[in-house]
Amino acid sequence: MIRFILTRLSLLIPTFIGITLVAFFLIRLVPGDPIETMAGERGIDPARHEQLKKDFGFDQPLLVQYGIYISRVLQGDLGKSIVTRESVLTEFQSLFPATVELGVCAILFALLLGIPAGILAATRRNSIFDHGVMGLSLTGYSMPIFWWGLILILLFSVQLGLTPVSGRIDVLYYIEPVTGFLLIDSLLSEDEGAFLSAFEHLILPTIVLGTVPLAVIARMTRSAMLEVLGEDYIRTAKAKGLSRFRVIALHALRNAMIPVVTVIGLQVGVLFTGAILTETIFSWPGIGKWLIEAIFRRDYPVLQGGLLLVGAIVMSVNLLVDLTYGLINPRIRHTR
Amino acid sequence: MTTETMEAPAVAAPTATPPHPLREFWGYFSANRGAVAGLFVIVGVVLIALLADVVAPHSPYITDTTIALKPPFWQEGGSIAYPLGTDPIGRDMLSRLIYGARLSLLIGIVVVMVSIVVGTILGLIAGYVRGVTEIAIMRLMDIILTLPSLLLAIVIVAILGPGLMNSMMAVALVILPHYVRLARAAVITEVSKDYVMAARVSGAGPLRLMFKEVLPNCTAPLIVQASLGISTAILDAAALGFLGLGAQPPSPEWGTMLADAREFVLRAWWVVTFPGLAILITVLAFNLLGDGLRDAFDPKLKRS
Repeated sequence: MIRFILTRLSLLIPTFIGITLVAFFLIRLVPGDPIETMAGERGIDPARHEQLKKDFGFDQPLLVQYGIYISRVLQGDLGKSIVTRESVLTEFQSLFPATVELGVCAILFALLLGIPAGILAATRRNSIFDHGVMGLSLTGYSMPIFWWGLILILLFSVQLGLTPVSGRIDVLYYIEPVTGFLLIDSLLSEDEGAFLSAFEHLILPTIVLGTVPLAVIARMTRSAMLEVLGEDYIRTAKAKGLSRFRVIALHALRNAMIPVVTVIGLQVGVLFTGAILTETIFSWPGIGKWLIEAIFRRDYPVLQGGLLLVGAIVMSVNLLVDLTYGLINPRIRHTR
Repeated sequence: MTTETMEAPAVAAPTATPPHPLREFWGYFSANRGAVAGLFVIVGVVLIALLADVVAPHSPYITDTTIALKPPFWQEGGSIAYPLGTDPIGRDMLSRLIYGARLSLLIGIVVVMVSIVVGTILGLIAGYVRGVTEIAIMRLMDIILTLPSLLLAIVIVAILGPGLMNSMMAVALVILPHYVRLARAAVITEVSKDYVMAARVSGAGPLRLMFKEVLPNCTAPLIVQASLGISTAILDAAALGFLGLGAQPPSPEWGTMLADAREFVLRAWWVVTFPGLAILITVLAFNLLGDGLRDAFDPKLKRS
């Protein structure tokens, strides 16, 4: 097992170095030099330009610059936003909980609907229900979620007036951030109205962000279930006279869940992609919206730092999934 | 007696010949009703795109503020002249959607072509040369795969500047790893087979081995991935358009149309509904086709 962990870790290092390279060269690929980019359209006088170039170390050879960059990154210094002058890491930390809250809710939504739907579809193979689930899941998988969000707003907020259109919580409420997760913070503040408001604001974004994972999880659960249900030990369990429910819920599900767990882990990258769009539609104050705004403000340090942090997070989650998978399934850890 | 026994195999032989590969393929493919439906939709969209000049009732660009935000014909205030209504500056929705089909198909096909060509060459090299070259190529692909696809595409567009061409290049790069991995895996399995050895013994050079011998036997998974890739490409390019980073207005690209329509979501449901529906139907059709192709080529082939 230790050998397995070490090989996985060693595979990670070049990927991480690669991501730092991408993030580092990003700012240097922008036409014009970074100082001009930062100065924007107002321009900058040549003397000050030279001075700034020296201050930021842009007059050094690229390799030296990269070395300085890496040593800063390893010390947790990701630079400052050009617009707000705040440290990129601080901004990221203050916005990250909003994205995590949304992402966790979306995954829970996808699991709670997707796994039962997948199981039922597998146990009633080729029934109308099965075809319905598969059709819906392919539709969900093909969904342009930025449009899906607008349609849900049109239906639930505009036509029915049920849910709020944007934001995380009504402006009436101020909740002292403790954990950064509004659902938990509002519960801690014992303000029932605030909790309900936060909950209402979460509904639509959760559905929008959860749609693609829901489709993937339902499909995956169905095919994993079908595979397991054909195995000998299931026939044995049935022959023992166990109830159908017991066979499916206890015997089959346990093994069918292994590939599903992996798929959930791999959805983290997909979730980030979805979060960028979902947060833009619902003005959700998270990482996705922050990054998109950074592009339009040409705030390259934010983009650079964000890319690096998101890359590192996806990488760590993938590693975690890999390790859990190796832990559950000994066949995996011995093959490599 | 002897003539009869000699004739028997001659009669039986024609029935024993396997059906033409294409016929056999169609047999498997047409059994999947969803895939056939997907194929029909795609043929329809292609026809609409090709005949846009003939089919579209109006120009997709000419604005007329006197008829701004007309609802579809079945609603009060709508007219049959503008069947799906008009947008905020009085352009016919239907005509814009029809011309948008051109853009979306173009995006899907060009992006996948670029990705497939570059990806296959890189994959072939990685799988054939092995060693340091392979490690370098595959590590690079891992990096692309690690970063969330849309984020990477956005960053590339942010560097190159917004626009249709740049967003297509960004999407092509983002989906590249799938083709590299597929091609490499296929090459590695094929290279160890006897026919490659035979070709090598008879003096075929590495280029001939790669492209003439190995490549034709790796095409099935690549075709399947291409069909699925077109749907991803259309979806991602539309997402970039929606974020204002893809095709720029007044281009009738479906995602860009949605971005323009966003602020009218409260007043005019049709400007928001139809472009997205067009994206959904087209993407769904390509996904159905991809699933059908996969089953038809090889029922055991798993999604990569």
